[in-house]
Amino acid sequence: MVGIKSYGAYIPRYRMNHNTLFMAIAFLGSFPAPGENAVANHDEDALTMAVAAGIDCLSGVKREMVDGLYLATTSQPYMVRQNSALVATALDLQSSIRTADFIGSAKSGTTALLSALDTVKGETSSNIVVCASDCRLSKPGSPQESLYGDGAASLFVGNGDVIATFEGAYSVSYDFPDRWRASGEKFEHAWEDRFIRDSGYSQFIAEVISGLLKKYKLNIKDFAKIVYPGLYAREHGAIAKRLGADPAQLQDTLLSTVGDTGSASPLMMLVAALEDAKPGDRILIASFGNGGDAMFFQVTEKIKDVGNKRAVKKHIASKKDLASYEKYLAFRNLAPMDLGMRGEISIKTPMSALFRERKVILSLCGSKCKKCGTPQYPYQRVCVNPDCGAIDQMEDYRFSDKKGVVFTYTGDNLAASIDPPSIYGLVDFDGGGRFWFDFSDCDLDSVKVGMPVEMTFRRRYVDESSGVHGYSWKAAPIRA
Amino acid sequence: MAEGIKDKVAIIGMGCTKFGELWDKSAEDLMVDAFKECIEDAGIEKKDINSAWFGVHFEEQSVGKGATSLALALKLPFIPVTRVENFCATATEAFRGACYGVASGAYDIALALGVEKLKDTGYGGLPGGPSLMGTKNALIMPKLTAPGAFAMLATRYFAVYGLKPEEGKRMLAKVSVKSHYNGARNPKAHLRREVTEEQIINAPIIAWPLGLFDCCGVSDGAAAAIVTRADMAKKFRPDPIHVKALQVALSSGEELMYTKWDGAHVETTYRAGKLAYKEAGVKNPREEISMAEVHDCFSITEAVTMEDLQFSPRGKVKEDIEAGRFNHDGPQPVQPDGGLKCFGHPIGASGLRMIYEMYKQLQGKVQLPERQIKNPKLGLTHNLGGFPPMNIVSIAIVGS
Repeated sequence: MVGIKSYGAYIPRYRMNHNTLFMAIAFLGSFPAPGENAVANHDEDALTMAVAAGIDCLSGVKREMVDGLYLATTSQPYMVRQNSALVATALDLQSSIRTADFIGSAKSGTTALLSALDTVKGETSSNIVVCASDCRLSKPGSPQESLYGDGAASLFVGNGDVIATFEGAYSVSYDFPDRWRASGEKFEHAWEDRFIRDSGYSQFIAEVISGLLKKYKLNIKDFAKIVYPGLYAREHGAIAKRLGADPAQLQDTLLSTVGDTGSASPLMMLVAALEDAKPGDRILIASFGNGGDAMFFQVTEKIKDVGNKRAVKKHIASKKDLASYEKYLAFRNLAPMDLGMRGEISIKTPMSALFRERKVILSLCGSKCKKCGTPQYPYQRVCVNPDCGAIDQMEDYRFSDKKGVVFTYTGDNLAASIDPPSIYGLVDFDGGGRFWFDFSDCDLDSVKVGMPVEMTFRRRYVDESSGVHGYSWKAAPIRA
Repeated sequence: MAEGIKDKVAIIGMGCTKFGELWDKSAEDLMVDAFKECIEDAGIEKKDINSAWFGVHFEEQSVGKGATSLALALKLPFIPVTRVENFCATATEAFRGACYGVASGAYDIALALGVEKLKDTGYGGLPGGPSLMGTKNALIMPKLTAPGAFAMLATRYFAVYGLKPEEGKRMLAKVSVKSHYNGARNPKAHLRREVTEEQIINAPIIAWPLGLFDCCGVSDGAAAAIVTRADMAKKFRPDPIHVKALQVALSSGEELMYTKWDGAHVETTYRAGKLAYKEAGVKNPREEISMAEVHDCFSITEAVTMEDLQFSPRGKVKEDIEAGRFNHDGPQPVQPDGGLKCFGHPIGASGLRMIYEMYKQLQGKVQLPERQIKNPKLGLTHNLGGFPPMNIVSIAIVGS
């Protein structure tokens, strides 16, 4: 049976409370609803979060099994240079896979999932990992600023050993101009909220769910959980009522804890639903954006075998308040900050070298000596073990999924950083290997020699002069 | 078994500019200043020089590539000039080239000159780490700075030897107090003010746990030496200074990528020291090395260097620092001129500046009598270029 084999999610560490937002922009007269949004760190974007969700989803899965990666997002850093191919490289997937970007609409997450299920059904690929991720830039003071949160979900789709079988789908499509962003523009535009709510949100979700029920001769009461994004809290409940659903059937929208994560929203909610699901449960999922997709799944006995995932619940619990709106603006480069002349030195990425060294730079792969067994990063041809020194006796060795401990560290106030001090140090990997890395998602006071860390894929720099978004791996305290 | 360099080469002249934020001096001005003092001291003329070795590290912002800038600034008459660069060991490498040049018999008289014009960058500290380390490192190394790289040595030293941060910082403060005391008395030093332990401990943090006074200055400067074969030296002056050892050791990758290095010492210093002592015939460095100028880019670097050079037993440098062993009036003065701490570190010049101090001390010719160390026999200089887990160390030992 075709269906979902594994799930994962990612929510960044920082939260911005709507009160913090309100205190900063109250003069504009905006009054956000109570709650908080997940806010990506300054070194995160849609791609880094997609990778993090993918890592959570693929824990316990042999990466060689994966033969496709579909990425859904509306905040892709590259218009040309396939974002899904970059995510696949970071996840150290093999090169004989199919990659595709699903972009341009908040429904692209469900469309990517549906396409992956169809691909597996069509037997042109066997196991596809779907990542949906959004880190949308909103204009300071706009309604989107309090609505949008940052986050990602990942689902592993295949045939056999599924935790939820795919039962059916129904889609609608409208050129609904609720929000738009033209090529080259930084911020989205939006039409009046009441138009979006009444002509779009409440109409399309009801239409796509009713269409699915009719097509498969189902009743709304057949579902243990109903998943659809909650852009408008009151309307979210009203749609369910009109469909004849019980409020208890509705999956929490994450709106007050994470925010609306765009293309990731319905998939993050689906992951949260799977975290609580029992064998036999039927789950209905619908998306909203230029129409919508609806799908339904039936949970199997295999749900009990899902390994330890951080998914949505653990990520929600692991957080730190970002108490400064100004710092958020700095993180998003919405207020130009002076980093001193030291900060003006830009790195020109030699693309040919980046491609040649992609396993080292983007996949965090090194080598392991076949003679003495010493893992080493980056890839070496001559073994670094002074008692070995074998030449060209290496095999590839992935460090991104290894944990480690802090060997030494510092917090550097001289290094140019939007979030000083720059914390970095040397990491000793479990199983062998040592290297130095920037650290992220930590505070200097909490870092100690011997502290366990894990590796996280992050944006290293944006070189605006050449349009390059550079990425590398950093070490971070183990999240949960 | 190689014979080594011991007593084959003599220094017959040296020059060193005042170090500092020399806004009015170009790199070429500094070369001429150091060279002028150097040939006057040697009592020779420019035409007597057969060959030259030139050290500069950040050539992009000062003199450009190659060695032409030295030849043009000094108007050297169509003689061979070689530019060398090996991080902070650059000046000592220039000196090593000149020494080997005369020791081989290829030349009678050779010049070594090192210069660095750092204060045209527009910011404090040195240009950033990863961008200097090649294409791959620029994309995978942490975005570290020099203070950060050496702060990690302090973090690790404190952890390995069980020092609380306040204990460790006080130990390091004593290192800087001593160097500032010496620098305050040296007219050629950049920073000429004494500081107290409390000032040091309470200074702003640059890279935890290192504060402002744990870091050396950033300066412009140049220094030069004229060397000849030992058998010719007395023709030029009655008190030539002889080269006893010249050694260099580079990291093998073991420190950074293998997990045996303890992170609380610098392996290359220990290795280069062992080779240098063997070459010079030194059996007990703690007793036989009269004085030293070591690479105190940061207070922690000097502290661990005392252990790596076997001046202090492993993990015990704190006791020697507290006992004043390395003070000017102590049994083994270190940084008698004020060190990098007070001279700053114009990369391409520092190694020769250190040799200049040893040379003057051995001749009994330091400018102020209160600075003179009594009857020194052997002086050691040490440079550490790069970062504690990945670096180049050079060591020179000189004597009468």
